[in-house]
Amino acid sequence: MSGAAAFSKSEMMIVAAARELAGQHVCFVGVGLPNIAVNLAKRTVAPELELVYEAGVFGARPARLPLSIGDPTIVTGATSVVSMYELFSFYLQGGLIDVGFLGAAQIDRFGNINTTVIGDYDAPATRLPGSGGACEIAINARQVFVIMRQSTRSFVERIDFRTSAGNLGGAEDAERIRREQGWLGRGPSLVVTDLGIWHFDEGGEMRLDSLHPGVTLEDVRGATGWEPGLAEAIQETPAPTADELRLIREELDAGGAYTG
Amino acid sequence: MSSSKVASMHDAIATLVRDGDSVAIEGFTHLIGFAAGHEIIRQGRRDLTLARLTPDLIYDQMIAAGVARKLIFSWLGNPGVGGLGAIRRRTETATSAPGGRDGLLPRLELEEYSHFGMVGRYTAGAANLPFYPLRSYFETDLPKANPLIREVASPYGDGVVYAVPPLKPDVTIVHAQRADAAGNTQVWGLLGCQKEAAFAADRVIVVVEELVDEAVVRADPNRTIVPGLIVDAVVVEPFGAHPSYVQGAYDRDNRFYLEWDGITKDENALQRWLREWVYDLDGRAAYVDKLGVERVTSLRPGTAPSGSVDYGRYE
Repeated sequence: MSGAAAFSKSEMMIVAAARELAGQHVCFVGVGLPNIAVNLAKRTVAPELELVYEAGVFGARPARLPLSIGDPTIVTGATSVVSMYELFSFYLQGGLIDVGFLGAAQIDRFGNINTTVIGDYDAPATRLPGSGGACEIAINARQVFVIMRQSTRSFVERIDFRTSAGNLGGAEDAERIRREQGWLGRGPSLVVTDLGIWHFDEGGEMRLDSLHPGVTLEDVRGATGWEPGLAEAIQETPAPTADELRLIREELDAGGAYTG
Repeated sequence: MSSSKVASMHDAIATLVRDGDSVAIEGFTHLIGFAAGHEIIRQGRRDLTLARLTPDLIYDQMIAAGVARKLIFSWLGNPGVGGLGAIRRRTETATSAPGGRDGLLPRLELEEYSHFGMVGRYTAGAANLPFYPLRSYFETDLPKANPLIREVASPYGDGVVYAVPPLKPDVTIVHAQRADAAGNTQVWGLLGCQKEAAFAADRVIVVVEELVDEAVVRADPNRTIVPGLIVDAVVVEPFGAHPSYVQGAYDRDNRFYLEWDGITKDENALQRWLREWVYDLDGRAAYVDKLGVERVTSLRPGTAPSGSVDYGRYE
């Protein structure tokens, strides 16, 4: 068999995010794709990874892929179950989280995120879920990974509402404010989309480093609301391996709820 | 000895939840008090201020029924599935939206925080503090959207944090695995912020899967999160958290959470659902009957007992 098995965009996103968790220790898990990515990383590149769920679990060992972030499977067999007060105070604000995962309805070039409203706050065109724990994860986790689909509606020049702080108006601005206000985190370091992999340049701006197989630069330009920064040599994201796909399809999302 | 606080759901809600009250039905995914919420709908409470980190399906249903004028929250959605239609219809409008028995409901007032902010609010409420300080909200638009989130300087000169005000619900309703008749309440699995919300409240209703002897509580005191001292009523209502779950007793009914996505998008379907599953039933026992043995049985988990510890005898 060749390694060129067909895969979905969601599977590519999960695999790309999971590989970036190599070497990380404590990860704050989000619902949906991040949840699969983190569990895939634990089975591949980061076996020592400790899974933290905002519902109040440290060291989770989920036996099935939960639909919700507070599923009973994250409790059974965990290292510790704590109140949300302890989770947010001691684990997150206390500085024990290496990577926090966030999603976004809108993101700007500096990684500032909107998950609150599209349109005006008081008379929104679309009311979104809001912060949840995102605004505190954004500044207290050592670094932030974002997983989202990109289009000119989600990758925008100006977000309608800043729910979670990224690199603010740029790296210089962000560095000064982080120092002055004693933030623990360094902000966003990775954005994985359905088209490619972005990191952040010295100016704090998103930079396209890798295109997923079959995606062109024109696809990315057509799905980015600003002129995107590009790496000098853009790579092609290695396609999911047969083993990664098997883990996703047979163990992590056997029902295809997220990746089908 | 302490007298029994055991009451029927009808009587507990009738006595302790009043029009205009602020009400917190907490439980983070786990132990959400659906039976209590449905009884509040049946008794036609009005003008409630509902507080909850994640309004979830229960507040979507209560708001669709017209019990609330205001919502205090931190994350609005059906986790892993989609949106909450009744709340959206009453939020994405300037004036009023279809809903309720009268056919029209006014715009819902929102007061929005983050998860940590909500937990901090209950904590300040429980501890009788004027505010709770936290390292959050920096450089976001949330303090502009909610002016109750305010910057405060450390009195020790080492920087600035944000403060949230105490939240002291008139009534907090806690669902739990078990309690004794005096209201000493034990929980295992996700703890959410029920303890903080209960201690912050003026009145507390505890709804349990199982009523146990005081001796059961005393044999494992580390598991008691709410003492009878602050509890006004104990309601015994097995399966009262469905379609959410109770660790060790029944699983989350994800099928219902998925089905709700279709129901909540259509105001007429939602009102039909309320009639069928809330107004036309006289309580949780009838709801469980209607759900059917097969559905209920399918949600029972296998077992994974804890090891037991020895507290020691010291005489």
